[in-house]
Amino acid sequence: MSPELVIALLAATVQAGAPILYATLGEMISEKAGVLNLGVEGVMAFASFAGFIVCHMTGSAWLGFFAGGLSGVALCGLHAVVCQVFHGNQVVTGLALAIFGVGLSNFFGTPFEGQSTQGFTPLAVPLLSSLPVLGPVLFRQDLLVYVCYLLPVAVWFFLNRISLGLRLRAAGEMPAAAAAAGLNPRALRILGTVLGGFLCGLGGAYVSLAHMHLWTTGLSGGRGWVAVALVIFAGWRPGRAVIGALLFGGLMAFQLRLQALGTNVPSTLLLMLPYALTVLVLVFSSARAKGAGKEASAAPAALGVNIEPEV
Amino acid sequence: MRLTIHKREESLGWGALVVYLGALALALLLCAGLLSLYGKPGLGGLLILFRGAFGQSYSLTDGLAKAIPIFLCALGVALSFRMQVWNIGAEGQFALGAIGATWAALTFSGWPGYILLPLMLLSAMLAGGLWGLIPATLKLRLGVSEIISSLMLNYIGARLLEFLVFSVWRDPASFGFPMTAEFSPGGLIERMAPGVLGKLHWGLLACPVAGVAFAVFLSRTRLGFELAASGEGERVARYAGLPYGFLVLLVMGVGGALAGLAGCIETSATLGRLQPTVLTGYGYTAIVVAWLARLKPVPIACTAYLLAALRVGLEVMQMELQVPWSFGSIMEGAILLFVIAGQFFLTYSVSLGRALPVCAGGAGETAATGEARP
Repeated sequence: MSPELVIALLAATVQAGAPILYATLGEMISEKAGVLNLGVEGVMAFASFAGFIVCHMTGSAWLGFFAGGLSGVALCGLHAVVCQVFHGNQVVTGLALAIFGVGLSNFFGTPFEGQSTQGFTPLAVPLLSSLPVLGPVLFRQDLLVYVCYLLPVAVWFFLNRISLGLRLRAAGEMPAAAAAAGLNPRALRILGTVLGGFLCGLGGAYVSLAHMHLWTTGLSGGRGWVAVALVIFAGWRPGRAVIGALLFGGLMAFQLRLQALGTNVPSTLLLMLPYALTVLVLVFSSARAKGAGKEASAAPAALGVNIEPEV
Repeated sequence: MRLTIHKREESLGWGALVVYLGALALALLLCAGLLSLYGKPGLGGLLILFRGAFGQSYSLTDGLAKAIPIFLCALGVALSFRMQVWNIGAEGQFALGAIGATWAALTFSGWPGYILLPLMLLSAMLAGGLWGLIPATLKLRLGVSEIISSLMLNYIGARLLEFLVFSVWRDPASFGFPMTAEFSPGGLIERMAPGVLGKLHWGLLACPVAGVAFAVFLSRTRLGFELAASGEGERVARYAGLPYGFLVLLVMGVGGALAGLAGCIETSATLGRLQPTVLTGYGYTAIVVAWLARLKPVPIACTAYLLAALRVGLEVMQMELQVPWSFGSIMEGAILLFVIAGQFFLTYSVSLGRALPVCAGGAGETAATGEARP
């Protein structure tokens, strides 16, 4: 492989990793608040359409991007209502949301199948972009990728240094203790779900507006499920999510490149790779957790466990 | 004034039906709204859907035919959900069943039906069962969440099916269409009475067999009781000395075999050959069905028929109104969301009124004990 090809692949890796990172961090915030939201795939699918259609109608990529985020808020708001107000089982509610969101996206997206969009264009950072290797890989991306560089730090800071973030985590670790301390764990969980949904929505919108620059049904292509798996892989730590996102970004970039070059490997088998890697990543994380002798200790203690109503 | 919540002392009885119908009505109202947002008549569209689902001469038999795979998959899903093992993999196990059946049908195509058909059923159940055992083994050995792994295996199974149909098994006479050759007559499950009973086929027989076996297993066998007792989660089950690991393997293996059986029946009876179109999301519908039916066999049968009928109606609506097929996913997702919310009222009663003075001062007990149960 020529150096140019390697650099192009690395740049594509960063770009393909961006939406996964947005979604992984979103799901992480939700899980830190004790809410297992399995609907990420549905949220991303719908947000990728919402982002496209708003950009298509208004001509503004930024409006589209935020519309994606807001559609995430709306869908995850449903999850929050069903699970926090009506005490629904989080696993099944999340699956219902995934089915619902993917359905919505395919339903409303059908008339626009295959339409392209301008969306976001790369914006070279002055000076930094002329660095050898690092320049083209990291600093000739679109603006949303640069946001992505700061996002893990921001999420870490929010969860570890900001009082609201710490309260959110209390609702995910020990809601009873949080309530005894005068907090409202249920409201905090709703907030966590919705805030996480916003990030997942941004990730979905990124796919249509900045990554693929077009709308087609099934655009999210399982990224939402990857995000759920990567939260486990990252051990609920924002920094580690970057590694996971780059891993999958690399695989997707590689896969696209191979398909474009035309290889002997059938495309159906290539398309299997991200899903197989997701299973492998989970196996790796679990084996590591087991080896360290701290089984599942990284997970928030009350993750997926509903707060019983006051009777 | 404030809302007070009480745990119900006794079950809601017929009131539960009101809750379900209310949730269903709200979900359908939302769907009608989305339909009119799409530029189609909202309530009128639903009317077309219902006429197709219940009002036509073919409605009942077509609905029953579609209910077969949903029912079989839903039984398997319910089995694992009962012990809080979240097997989301029915769709993939269904795909593997279709692959297993096709392998047998193509390999032993010359054999008579009374040998070939059992062979196909067997290899389908084996393939589906083994596919289900993968996430079960990963869960037991390494603690890998079965939710994600079983779901990923859906995608992998679907791609595997496509790969086989597009390459190794493609019929040279298919003019490039992705499909295998038609199964030999011995490998086909016949329709019961083509003129009278529409698309209804002999695969229906598998349903009462599987349903009765499910009910008897859960209510009459020691292992069935142990499974029910494992419903409180892994730690409780292990503490009580129940064979938790074996039960996980059992529910995932049997669930996979049931989904595989459904895949075989659907491939052989409906298509007569393997095509990627055999995957229409029955495995996901089965999850909706299992939960709506609160994991009980008779309600599963009724709900499987109900959602199958909606699919029949959707086909009619699709033809008359040019509505995308994905409207079905919207309906299923919406119905499930509303019913989950509604099920709250089966467990708790809510009354509007001044809280008793005794409680008014206290912060109330907020305990997070145990996961929400169906």
